[in-house]
Amino acid sequence: MVVMEKEQIPHPAPPLELQKLPEPEPRQPVMINVDDVDFCYGAHQVLFDVNLEIPPRAVTAFIGPSGCGKTTLLRCFNRMNDLIDGARISAGRVRLEGRDIYAPDVDVVDLRRRVGMVFQKSNPFPKSIYDNVAYGLRVLGVNKKSRINEAVEKSLRASALWDEVKDRLETSAYGLSGGQQQRLCIARALAVEPEVILMDEPCSALDPIATAKVEELIYQLRENFTIVIVTHNMQQAGRCSNYTAFFYLGRLIEFGATSKIFSNPSQRQTEDYITGRFG
Amino acid sequence: MSKARRARNRIAQTTAFWLFRFATYAILAAATYIFLDIGIKGSRTLFTTHAPFINVPFFTQGPQTLFVFDHEGEKYTLSDREFRVWKTQHPVEVEATSVAYSAGGVWPCIVGTGLLVIGSMIFALAVGICSAIYLSEYSHNTRSLRLIRIAILNLAGVPSIVFGLFGFGLFVIFFHWNVSLLAGWFTLGLMILPAIITASEESLRAVPNGLREGSLALGATKWQTIRKNVLPYAIPGILTSSILGIGRVAGETAPIMFTAAYALRDEMPWQVQRWTDFVFQGVMALPYHIYVVSSKIPQNEYTERVQYGAACILLLLVFAIALASIILRERTRKRLSW
Repeated sequence: MVVMEKEQIPHPAPPLELQKLPEPEPRQPVMINVDDVDFCYGAHQVLFDVNLEIPPRAVTAFIGPSGCGKTTLLRCFNRMNDLIDGARISAGRVRLEGRDIYAPDVDVVDLRRRVGMVFQKSNPFPKSIYDNVAYGLRVLGVNKKSRINEAVEKSLRASALWDEVKDRLETSAYGLSGGQQQRLCIARALAVEPEVILMDEPCSALDPIATAKVEELIYQLRENFTIVIVTHNMQQAGRCSNYTAFFYLGRLIEFGATSKIFSNPSQRQTEDYITGRFG
Repeated sequence: MSKARRARNRIAQTTAFWLFRFATYAILAAATYIFLDIGIKGSRTLFTTHAPFINVPFFTQGPQTLFVFDHEGEKYTLSDREFRVWKTQHPVEVEATSVAYSAGGVWPCIVGTGLLVIGSMIFALAVGICSAIYLSEYSHNTRSLRLIRIAILNLAGVPSIVFGLFGFGLFVIFFHWNVSLLAGWFTLGLMILPAIITASEESLRAVPNGLREGSLALGATKWQTIRKNVLPYAIPGILTSSILGIGRVAGETAPIMFTAAYALRDEMPWQVQRWTDFVFQGVMALPYHIYVVSSKIPQNEYTERVQYGAACILLLLVFAIALASIILRERTRKRLSW
């Protein structure tokens, strides 16, 4: 019962007072296709027949109550679930720009470079700020100092952290505040120039001011990246996403433009959740 | 609550408190006694009353036989070498009592123990860290893995004399390595391997999972992740665990008595014909030397000197190595925190 009414999608209202969203193309290409995906942890099935088309260069938010499978689906996009024993996609496909990412000939390492991830708990490495951002490039084999310098500055500027840390790049990343650490993690993900950035509740451990900064950042990154964000916070989904998918008990209940989901959901469960009647 | 019951409770409380307290302080007492006994008696050997206040020959010479005799109303206690010199100067026949090992020093034993510790720790750490990485990063929880864990636990419980016999059977006899450093390294290494594996695995598991995921999500391979983002942060913990291993390797007698230790050897380990002979030579070792001088020779008032001296040096050596590991660990740890 997936609802996809692309033709009717009105462009979402500008969430923050940032800038006017560009009008989504009526028929856009799709960045990530989720085709009939079932997902199991061992014998326990957590996703049921999920179908989803994630548009490029837009922010797609996954909302839903705890345990509804939104993080699991997110982690399917860069095959992070491969790390968990017994976790597997038992049916269906996930395609990135049309190519099945679970095909045997897919290089997971390359996939994860194209699909970056920011985690719920900010996880800067116990290294200097500079080394944190440079890490992704170095594992790719980039050794040229000038190129790394350039990428570090570019990523830190893109994550709006440059002015705060430019004088202490060599100090430990653990000296940063929680919000700065999370933005550092975003900068780290940006440094390898991914196409998609997955964000798993990136603001759940942050105070409102830090949250606002991260949201603003997400909003700006939308212009160059495809962003998928899992959030518990419906205001957040409303503020910084173009599209919203609502999950409940492992099923995708509704997917559409954020403004529509929030103002005029077509499903009863979505409306109940959004108005706070449950969840 | 009745008065009697309250009194009973109080007695039980007090008894329990004193019992626990006593048990704890008993450990302190035992430790104090051991360290004081060895420290005091050992320092009589290690230190002298006149400058340079350290008994240098004890640290720099090999063990020698002590000759005790009376000559013209004077009592002499001379080492092997001194006695020979003395005899050339005094061409007389004397009735000398000889006491084995009780003169000279323990330098070859210190060197031998050092070599055994270095070699076996290199072996144990190399194998131990590799298998700890496999267990914590690569393996899945399967039946064969549980079997491996049981094997490791069992290996940890095997008495050291059994390791000695195993090393004797396999390395000394079957591989024809004879009594040699190599056989000692492998025997001692295998003995502490379970402790190293267990502790290394724990310190690897203590590295937050977020660091692994963060690294993998950036497109690092599994090995890059382990090498750059897991292992460096586990090293302090691994070092801590190896401190215990070093203490055991330096102090165990049973595994080396059949495999690596000589009771007496005049050449130093580096005095070998070809460099390949280096690993195939037996060495003297402190714990084995203590064992020999306190149980294999007739005891008298002259043997105590070397027994306690050697024991004291062994303790100091273990302390020194442990201290070095702790300093190294703290220096590494300062750079990390999560």
